[in-house]
Amino acid sequence: MIKYLKAFLLFELIQGMTLTLKYMFKAKVTINYPHEKGPLSPRFRGEHALRRYPSGEERCIACKLCEAVCPAQAITIEAEPRDDGSRRTTRYDIDMTKCIYCGLCEESCPVDAIVEGPNFEFATETREELMYNKAKLLENGDRWEHQIAQNLQLDSKYR
Amino acid sequence: MNFVNLYNFLIPGLIIVAQIFAVIVPVLISVAFLVFAERKVLALIQLRKGPNIVGPFGLFQSIADALKLITKENIIPSGSNKIVFLLAPIITMVLSLAGWAVIPFAPGWVISDINVGIMYLFAVSSLGVYGIIMAGWASNSQYPFLGALRSAAQMVSYEVSIGFVIITVLLCVGSLNLSKIVMAQETIWFAIPLLPMFIIFFVSALAETNRLPFDLPEDESTLVAGFFTEYSSASFVLFFLGEYASMILMSSMTVILFLGGWLPPFDIYPLNAIPGIFWFTIKIIFILFLFIWVRGTLPRYRYDQLMRLGWKVFLPLSLLWVVITSGFLIWFDMVPK
Repeated sequence: MIKYLKAFLLFELIQGMTLTLKYMFKAKVTINYPHEKGPLSPRFRGEHALRRYPSGEERCIACKLCEAVCPAQAITIEAEPRDDGSRRTTRYDIDMTKCIYCGLCEESCPVDAIVEGPNFEFATETREELMYNKAKLLENGDRWEHQIAQNLQLDSKYR
Repeated sequence: MNFVNLYNFLIPGLIIVAQIFAVIVPVLISVAFLVFAERKVLALIQLRKGPNIVGPFGLFQSIADALKLITKENIIPSGSNKIVFLLAPIITMVLSLAGWAVIPFAPGWVISDINVGIMYLFAVSSLGVYGIIMAGWASNSQYPFLGALRSAAQMVSYEVSIGFVIITVLLCVGSLNLSKIVMAQETIWFAIPLLPMFIIFFVSALAETNRLPFDLPEDESTLVAGFFTEYSSASFVLFFLGEYASMILMSSMTVILFLGGWLPPFDIYPLNAIPGIFWFTIKIIFILFLFIWVRGTLPRYRYDQLMRLGWKVFLPLSLLWVVITSGFLIWFDMVPK
């Protein structure tokens, strides 16, 4: 009987409608993406970058640990001694279409040379543009160095 | 050639055309903003922001959408009946605009003040199903066909209860003229003494305009897009416009029958100085908001539940209220002369 009365007085309908009305005035969760961006963790694994020392010398010592650990085999390194006798890479390529952004290269690197930076907006119009070479990676390193250093600093307690 | 005679026809003809434009253009513009309002309200209910890029607060979003759709290619399926296929959206659109001829916006603001206004409106809104059936049949495709069948059955069942609701109102008014129906509500809006009828009418209007929770003819999750699955470009725009224009038409019908049309809520000085068109618009906006609000709240009905509600709940209930109302009017000798 009460069930019928409830149905005829649209009790549950009115309850539902009140709920949706309340929701209309709640704070919205939308982020206006290209204009606003969500927060990123310092550990965020985005686009790769090769870092340099403050002196301008590149950090990478061509140990090839990243190449070895890379589960997607996206990294290709060739190395030979430089004129001053130090071991450096002559070729450092990352195939960004293969990369799975696992962050193992970053973890394996003994000198924090290869890192995954905070940038995730590097979509390109052609596939070829995603075959990163050493120059591109170093350029990324120069461009994002400030933020990468900050993120490494923030994360240093947990490493 | 008798020029005097020609002028006698030409000038009233031009006046009528001007009147028609004065009604249709605002209706089409309000359709654009209704679509925007719907997206915005639904977004707010779902904790989103909704369209906010095109124009201030995204107000011109639907105009951009319409432009996009019109410039696209109109695809006509090779298996379709081309004439009927192209005619269907035109019929839907024309019928949803034809009803506006008898709607009184304010005292005397009506294109044709005919004495069977409510019958005309009822007939035109019922004819709307033909556009949908034609679209479903001419597409020669399974989903539109199912959508059209559902639509036909649904509209027929809900028209019956709408008919009884209208009869109840007519019993209280004693006239089929829409302006007289509004004037009969000067003392009290029919929504108050006939509240159950008002609710039945509103729910039936939802079913009649294929709105959620009764949007089975276009049921995205099972029928792709229902009867207009095969439509694209300008014919799709016509369907869309027609659907929303008939939504506005049904809500103005609700306002005229139950919420006192252009009358202010209280007949006191600052309120009755405001022109009637303002009150009429405000009430229509309120009903349209209800339409959208219901859509944002309720899930879709199952088809058998829809039929059960129409035939086993609304029909007996509205029939009962016809009897109760007429008995009440006779008993207290309040039958309008």
